[in-house]
Amino acid sequence: MTSPTAMPANVSASDPAAEAVLRAAKRRETWRRWFLVSPALIIIGGIGILPLSIILLYSLLEPAEYAGVVWNFSVEAWINLLFERDMFDETLTLADANIAIFTRSIVQAGLTTISALIIGFPTAYFIATRPERQRNAWLFLITIPFWTNLLIRTFAIMLLVRDQGVINNVLIWMGVIDKPIEMLFTNFAVALGLIYVYLPFMVLPLYASMEKLDFRIVEAGYDLYATRFAVLRRVIVPLVKPGIVAGCILVFIPSIGAYVTPRLLGGGKHMMLGNLIANQFGTSRNWPLGSAMALMLMALVMIALVFYVRNATAKEPGHG
Amino acid sequence: MAEAVAPPPRVLAAAWTRGRGFDVRHLPGFAAVAWFCLVALYAPMLVLVIFSFNANRSVTIWTEFSLNWYAKAIHNEGIQQAAILSLQVAIAATAIATIVATMAALATTRTAPYRGLAAIYAIINQPLMVPEIVTAVATLVFFALIKEATGVTGVGYLIFAHTVFCIPFAYMPIRARLEGMDLTYEMVAADLYATPWRTFRRVTLPLLLPGILAGVMLSFVISLDDVVISLLVSGPGQTTLPLYIIGQLRRGITPEMNAVSTIFLAVSALLVTLFFVFTRKKK
Repeated sequence: MTSPTAMPANVSASDPAAEAVLRAAKRRETWRRWFLVSPALIIIGGIGILPLSIILLYSLLEPAEYAGVVWNFSVEAWINLLFERDMFDETLTLADANIAIFTRSIVQAGLTTISALIIGFPTAYFIATRPERQRNAWLFLITIPFWTNLLIRTFAIMLLVRDQGVINNVLIWMGVIDKPIEMLFTNFAVALGLIYVYLPFMVLPLYASMEKLDFRIVEAGYDLYATRFAVLRRVIVPLVKPGIVAGCILVFIPSIGAYVTPRLLGGGKHMMLGNLIANQFGTSRNWPLGSAMALMLMALVMIALVFYVRNATAKEPGHG
Repeated sequence: MAEAVAPPPRVLAAAWTRGRGFDVRHLPGFAAVAWFCLVALYAPMLVLVIFSFNANRSVTIWTEFSLNWYAKAIHNEGIQQAAILSLQVAIAATAIATIVATMAALATTRTAPYRGLAAIYAIINQPLMVPEIVTAVATLVFFALIKEATGVTGVGYLIFAHTVFCIPFAYMPIRARLEGMDLTYEMVAADLYATPWRTFRRVTLPLLLPGILAGVMLSFVISLDDVVISLLVSGPGQTTLPLYIIGQLRRGITPEMNAVSTIFLAVSALLVTLFFVFTRKKK
């Protein structure tokens, strides 16, 4: 399976026989390569990428009465993202319900990202400055929740914020309150859940870039009479910026499209984009609108990713 | 020389402290945040686990220790069926994803850059870039078309939907392992007239095995955990364990759910620990 890939190309450029052998080897190598990668490309291309173009097509069709589409061209779905058509006089008004959900999704995802950064940055830094054995233990402890079922971790937050949940019980027992505070099915519960669920996604990429931090540069900062804060702001943060951006992307993308956490902690009244999209394929039966919403979400994510790629390449030339 | 500017007192103080164990790595308050983060990550899960052993029906008031809810959960037919389906899907998706990812990794590592390599990376990582809900609805629409055209139904759709997002997770550790592997061994095998297949079978594969096993662990965990894609893609009657749990949670919380969740947590933790063992760097 391993043919000599790194063959000297200019061994005997003048000898036609040797050249032919080399060319044949190269061709074999190309064939081998494509044979090996094609199953992965076919599966992901066929089931992961092709369907995206199908929903692009569907977003330009009319909805059928019971799910599915009617094959008539229409841009109604895209208009319906932001506007509602009046049933009688066909005038367009802003679709407040949709807009509220879009805004909520962006605000919640932004809040989650910032909060996770505020908690995650010191944590990652602390881990990166531990001796090796402790560092591995910490990393292991952060990785377990990273890979643990998101649904179960959301359930755990549900147990905390319910009316008879741990937080209310403790507060009542301490005499701080005498009636449970309503927390489940509020924006607060969703925010708490999102931060809890996605925090490890911030810590791990941050750690990865802090691990490489050269502390001689930090020391140089102190030698030049910088205060701790100045060193943090002017030396450490710029050096670990790729990690900060990566962490923010890894938290922002899944939280803006979150489905499970707002479903369980927000209930019907505090939906986010993910729930709205899923509803179009369930109870609302409007596939074109759902497709348009899904594509809009993807566009938001792509913008974030482009920002990330530009940032990463600007900071680390020749890497990635 | 006497004219030298005296540094301000603050700086003198700083210089003085630096002499005695000034740690350039230390930042005040960071340790406290880190410990808070650790406690915050584990406390809610700990509450969930503790109350799975509660004799009482309440999930938040402790009465006494009991394994009642475990017995209930294990004998619950709905949970049994859901668990079996989840395992079937995870095993099938993991098997396909790992084989395919291993092949792809062999073709994309330890070679000079070739045309299309960047595109291959982008395609393999595509499932990680697109939000899950978008993949879910796109797959739903696509599979609905196929079902309509062919009339074929079954669990195969769910398996392939899972395979797609398992591939990048299986690919990562396998690729990492291959990149750290020296080509010398394989060259020696080739020098000793081993056929390419024999070289792969006897040299490459055994060396690669820890990476493959790590890939298996990751894709198994990812498949077992999936909610959103399964929710939209699964046909009628195809309830995986996470779908069963989310369905129950919407109806109301019972300690039975704590018990199921605890078992689930334990399985995930075990798989992740195995992943750590397989990817551990040798000293």
